[in-house]
Amino acid sequence: MQDLGILLEGRNLERLLYGLWVTLRISFASIAASIICGIIFGVIMTLRNRVLQAVCRIYLELVRVLPQLVLLFLAYFGLTRAFNINLSGETSAVLVFVVWGTAEMGDLVRSALISIPRHQYDSGYALGLSKADVYMSIILPQTVRRLIPLAINLATRMIKTTSLVVLIGVVEMLKVGQQIIEANRYTAPRAALWIYGAIFALYFLACFPMSLIAGRLERRWT
Amino acid sequence: MDIEFMINCLPMYVQAAWLTLRIASAGIALALGAGLICALVRSAKIPVASFIVSAYIELSRNTPLLVQLFLLYFGLPKAGVYLSSQMCAIIGLVFLGGSYMAEAFRSGLESVDKAQRESAESLGLTKFQTAIYVVLPQAISVSVPALAANVIFMIKETSVFSVVALADLMFVAKDLIGMYYKTNEALTLLVGFYLLILLPVSALAAWLERRVRYAGFGNPA
Repeated sequence: MQDLGILLEGRNLERLLYGLWVTLRISFASIAASIICGIIFGVIMTLRNRVLQAVCRIYLELVRVLPQLVLLFLAYFGLTRAFNINLSGETSAVLVFVVWGTAEMGDLVRSALISIPRHQYDSGYALGLSKADVYMSIILPQTVRRLIPLAINLATRMIKTTSLVVLIGVVEMLKVGQQIIEANRYTAPRAALWIYGAIFALYFLACFPMSLIAGRLERRWT
Repeated sequence: MDIEFMINCLPMYVQAAWLTLRIASAGIALALGAGLICALVRSAKIPVASFIVSAYIELSRNTPLLVQLFLLYFGLPKAGVYLSSQMCAIIGLVFLGGSYMAEAFRSGLESVDKAQRESAESLGLTKFQTAIYVVLPQAISVSVPALAANVIFMIKETSVFSVVALADLMFVAKDLIGMYYKTNEALTLLVGFYLLILLPVSALAAWLERRVRYAGFGNPA
């Protein structure tokens, strides 16, 4: 337990929590934008337009097949060099996560939309409901129920992926942890174990409740 | 674009890709084994082991690989456990992937109809025979799409190995950017090599998914 006290010394814990806030800030901005863009993208993918479908497919596959870290490098180093667009680490992170999140969310929306059986539409029309009524009171409520647990899971994935931003120079939780360890190299040589352990625990505390809720909703609604 | 520079860099990238592939395949193989064992322990509801497996799955699924690697590589030596870079990478990848594979196998095991087990039992098959000849073949064929998706996921996750001082593709690209300021060339090669690795795997996964749809035994599709 030697050096465990380093966590409570000075403002160390507060600084770590601030790092977590940076991580969550990036995640939540990306998640919110991805959900909106993803819903639009998902609906576009269900349209029966060959060209549109092909374009969406290529975008989806390309963004999903590349590691997120590669996308971050492309935005952070590549954009600057190739197009002279200088983005801060945090901005390029949000940009990349929105581009990636839109693809993932869009695919979830698409699969939720096409999973509603044909007879649900037909029964609605047979009862004399208008197209708008069918969508608003029959299709959407069912789609949303299938979608919410999956969207929460995507959100936890995005929070976890946000840890990568330390590699493009954003000062978030891991970076703050490194700073604390470096600053106390002589007084607390074993700090690394506890600091990284604490970061591990904080990520778990951020993601676990969300996974739990997603699991509950999935069981209740399907 | 400096084509000559890119050609000169090719051997470095090939070597890095080879390293990524080696560690990824070791990690994936071990994760498949670990995942299957975890899923079987959970489905058999073995008292204490089941709980440990559940706890492991939640811990591993709710933390990023990057943080797991930091803890393994920088944290553990402070507790007297020294691991090489490669060991850290493989252990981290298995720790992460094992839980994803376990969940994939679990959904497969749950999809096997109860009547299948009961029929096997009434035919006089032992528990072991039931598992090997009846339950597992059906469960695994249902799990294949999820397993394939996990393989792609795990290969993508290997991109963070540069933080434990492994000279993987990201490491080489970053090195070239830092040393020569050849950002465009380095990033083009980086994307090219990742596509070269991941597109065939992704195509193979799509092909597998189409193929195993035929194997819907006893379950109306």
